[in-house]
Amino acid sequence: MTTRVTTPYRSQVTAGRESFWHLVHAEWIKFRSVRGWVITMIVAIAAITAFVFLASNVSSSCSGSACPAQPTGPGGEPVTDVFYFAHQPLTGNGTITVQITSLTGQVGVGQGANGQPQMEPGGLQPWSKAGIIIKENTSQGSAYAAMMVTGSNGVRMQWDYVNDIPGLTGSVSASSPRWLRLVRTGDTITGYDSADGTRWTLVGTATLPGLTSTVQGGLFAAAPSNGNATATGVFRHIGLSWPATRWTGTNVGGVENVPVPGSLRQGDGTLTVTGSGDISPLAGDGAVLSLQRALDGTFLGLIAAIVVGAMFMTAEYRRGLIRVSLAASPRRGRLLAAKAVAIGGVSFVTGLIAAALAVPLGARTLARTGVPLWPVPALTEARMVIGTAALLAVAAVLALAIGTILRRSATTVAAVIVVTFIPYLLALVPPIGPGLGHSQGGLSLVGREWLLRITPAAGFSVQQVIPRFSQVTGAIYTPNWGYYPLAPWAGFAVECAWAAAALILANYLLRRRDA
Amino acid sequence: MSLATRVSPSSHSVVQALHAAVQALRAQWTKVRTVAGPAWLLAGVVALTVAVGAAADSAARCSSATCGLDPAKVTFTGIYLGQAVAAVAGVLAIGNEYSTGMIKLSLTAVPRRLMLLSAKAAVLAAPVLTASALAVAGSVLAGWLTLPGRGFTPAHGYASLTAGADIRAAAGTVVYLMLIALLSLGVAAAVRDSAAAIGLVLGLLYLSPILASFVSDATLARRLQQIGPLSAGLDVQATIGVKSLPLTPWQGLGVVALWTAGALLLGALALKLRDA
Repeated sequence: MTTRVTTPYRSQVTAGRESFWHLVHAEWIKFRSVRGWVITMIVAIAAITAFVFLASNVSSSCSGSACPAQPTGPGGEPVTDVFYFAHQPLTGNGTITVQITSLTGQVGVGQGANGQPQMEPGGLQPWSKAGIIIKENTSQGSAYAAMMVTGSNGVRMQWDYVNDIPGLTGSVSASSPRWLRLVRTGDTITGYDSADGTRWTLVGTATLPGLTSTVQGGLFAAAPSNGNATATGVFRHIGLSWPATRWTGTNVGGVENVPVPGSLRQGDGTLTVTGSGDISPLAGDGAVLSLQRALDGTFLGLIAAIVVGAMFMTAEYRRGLIRVSLAASPRRGRLLAAKAVAIGGVSFVTGLIAAALAVPLGARTLARTGVPLWPVPALTEARMVIGTAALLAVAAVLALAIGTILRRSATTVAAVIVVTFIPYLLALVPPIGPGLGHSQGGLSLVGREWLLRITPAAGFSVQQVIPRFSQVTGAIYTPNWGYYPLAPWAGFAVECAWAAAALILANYLLRRRDA
Repeated sequence: MSLATRVSPSSHSVVQALHAAVQALRAQWTKVRTVAGPAWLLAGVVALTVAVGAAADSAARCSSATCGLDPAKVTFTGIYLGQAVAAVAGVLAIGNEYSTGMIKLSLTAVPRRLMLLSAKAAVLAAPVLTASALAVAGSVLAGWLTLPGRGFTPAHGYASLTAGADIRAAAGTVVYLMLIALLSLGVAAAVRDSAAAIGLVLGLLYLSPILASFVSDATLARRLQQIGPLSAGLDVQATIGVKSLPLTPWQGLGVVALWTAGALLLGALALKLRDA
C-alpha cells in the first residue's frame, strides 16, 4: 500500500509588500461605501455655505445710503481720523522739532451762554494725545506719521493708523518736558524723542509708500471720547527746517464730527493746540466686522466631522469588522494611522470646499452690511480656508482617537462635542442676566479667555483675521466679534496637541487590548 | 362559579393590559439595573454638574450692585455639561438595543411597540430625575457655600439665595435634565443609531445658542433663543432680569417639553411603522 502525498493548494500570486498607502486606500473605500457618511459630509458643505447668509445678517445703526462713508486708511482698513491740526505745507525733505511742556484734558460741563459747550479742566484720558505730525493732506484717511505725548502711555510714534511704537515713558510736565522730532526723507519718516533737547533717541522709522512731495506738517491734539472731552498741548521751541509760513488750523474730519471745535492760540513763544477726536483704526466689538463671520457655520461642519470620525472607528467595533481589519493589517499602529489619514483627509477636503465657497461669499455679503468690514489680504483668506479645513480634519482625528479609546459611539461623540463646544459656549454666553451687556464681574473676560487657550476650542483661533489695537480707547474684544486670546496657528497647535495626545493613548490601548 | 365569570370581560382586559405594562416596566428596569453603563452615566451627571458648578462658583466675582450676574445661572453652569451625559443616557437607552440587535428580542417579548417605548421612557425618566435632583442639590449646596464669599451678598442686591425664583430655578433645572434625556430617547428611536442620534441632540442643544450669538440681528437672535431648547430651557434658571427674557421661565421649559414631545412622537412613529 502506498500513500499518496498531495501538495496543498498554493496561491500563485506573489506576496506583495504591505504598503501604507494600500491601507489608506482600503480605509478610503470603507468611508466611500457608507452612504450615510458621504451624505453627512456633503450636507456639512452645504450647511457651512448656507450659514453665511444667516451670519451676515448684521444690522448697522445707520442703514443703506444714509450711512456716512467710513474713512479708510492707506491699507484699506476702517479708521477714525478726527483731530485738530495746526499745519503748514512742506515740500520735499524737512524736519520738525518741538518741546511739549504740558498735556491737559478738559471735559464739557453743559452749555455756555454762546451755545458752545463749557469746558472745565480734568478728564485727561490714557490715550489723549498731542504732538507733531506729517500727513499727506488734511482729508480723512490719508497717510501720516506722528510723534506724540499721551495721557498715560508715555511718548509714542504712530503712523498709518495701525502702527504704534513706545518711546519715553512717564507723563509730561513743565519740569519734565518732552522733545519730539520728525525727519522726513522722501517717503520715509523717522521719529526721535528726547528729555532735554540735546540727547536724542530713535523711536521708529515709518515708510509711507507713495507719499506726495508736498505734505502738511505741524502740531496736533486729539482726545478720544464719546462725550465732550478735549486735550490741550502746549508747544515751545518750535523748529522747522523750512522757511516757516502762517499756521493754518483745520478740524480734520469736519467741525460737525467733534463735540468741541479745536483751536490754536499763539502766545509768547508758545503755541497751544486744543482738539478732540482720535487718530486710530476701528477695533473692538460692534465697531468693525471680521470676515470670520463667513465661517460661523464651521460648527455645523464640526458636528459632521466628529460624528463620522468617531463612527469610522466605533462602527468597526460594533460590527466586529475590527477583527477583519486587524487580520488584514496586524500592525495595529499602522491601521490607526491609515484611518487617521483617511478620515482626516476626507474632513480636510470637506472643510476646504466649504470654506473656499463661504469665504468669498461672505466677503461679498458682509461688505454690504453697513458695519465696516476689516480688509483681509488674499494670503490671510487662504489661511482662513486652509485653517478651517485643518480644523475639521483635526476634530475628526480627535474623534477617531477618542473612539478607539472608548470604543462606544455615543460616548465618544458626546465627549468630543463637549470638549470642543462647551468651552466656546461658556466663553460666548456668560451667565449674566439678559440685556446687561458686558459684565465686569462673573466669569471675567480673562477667565473666559482661558477656556479658549487650553481646550480644543482654541483651534477656532486659526480662523481669526481681525487685529486688536491696544491704542484704541474703549474697545472690547470678545470671541463673538472674532477676537481670540491666541494667535491663529498657536490656537490651532493647542487643538493639534489634544489630538496628538489622544492618538498616542489610542495607539497604546489598541495595541494592548484584545480587539 | 369561577373567578373568570364574575369579572366582567372589559375589566378583565384592563387588568391584563395593566399586568402587561407592569411586566414591560419590570423587564426594562431589569435591563437598566443589570448593566453598569446607566449607573455610571447617572453618577457622571451628578459629578460633572456639581464639579463644573463649583468651579464656576469659585470663578465668579460680583464686585458691585450692578455686576448683573445671575447667581442661579452661575450655580447651575454644570448643567451645560451634565445635560450631555443625560443625553448619552437617553440615547443609549434604546441605541444600545439597536447596536447589539437586542431590539429584536425586546420586540418579540413585548410586541406592542408603543408600550415598549413607554416602558423605556419611564425607566429612563425616573433614574435621570433622581440623578438630576442630586446634581441640582449638590450645585445649590456648592453655591450656598461659595457665592456669598464671592460678592453675592445682600449689599450687592442678592438678599437671599432661597427666594421663590431660586426654588423655581432649581426645580426647573431638575425637570430640564429629564426632558433632555427623554428628547434623546426619542431622537435615538427615530434614527436608530447612537452616534448619529447623539450628534443630532448635542448639535441641537449647543449650536442654537452659539449661532444665536453670531446673529447680530436682534429680532432673529431673540427668535433663535426662543426656539433653541438649551437657551429657552435655561430661561427657567433666570433669577434676575426675568422681565427682559425672550420667554418667561416656565414658557422656556415648555419649549423644551414641546421638543421632547415632538422627538418622542417621531420616535414612536418610527418604531411603530418601520421594521426593527
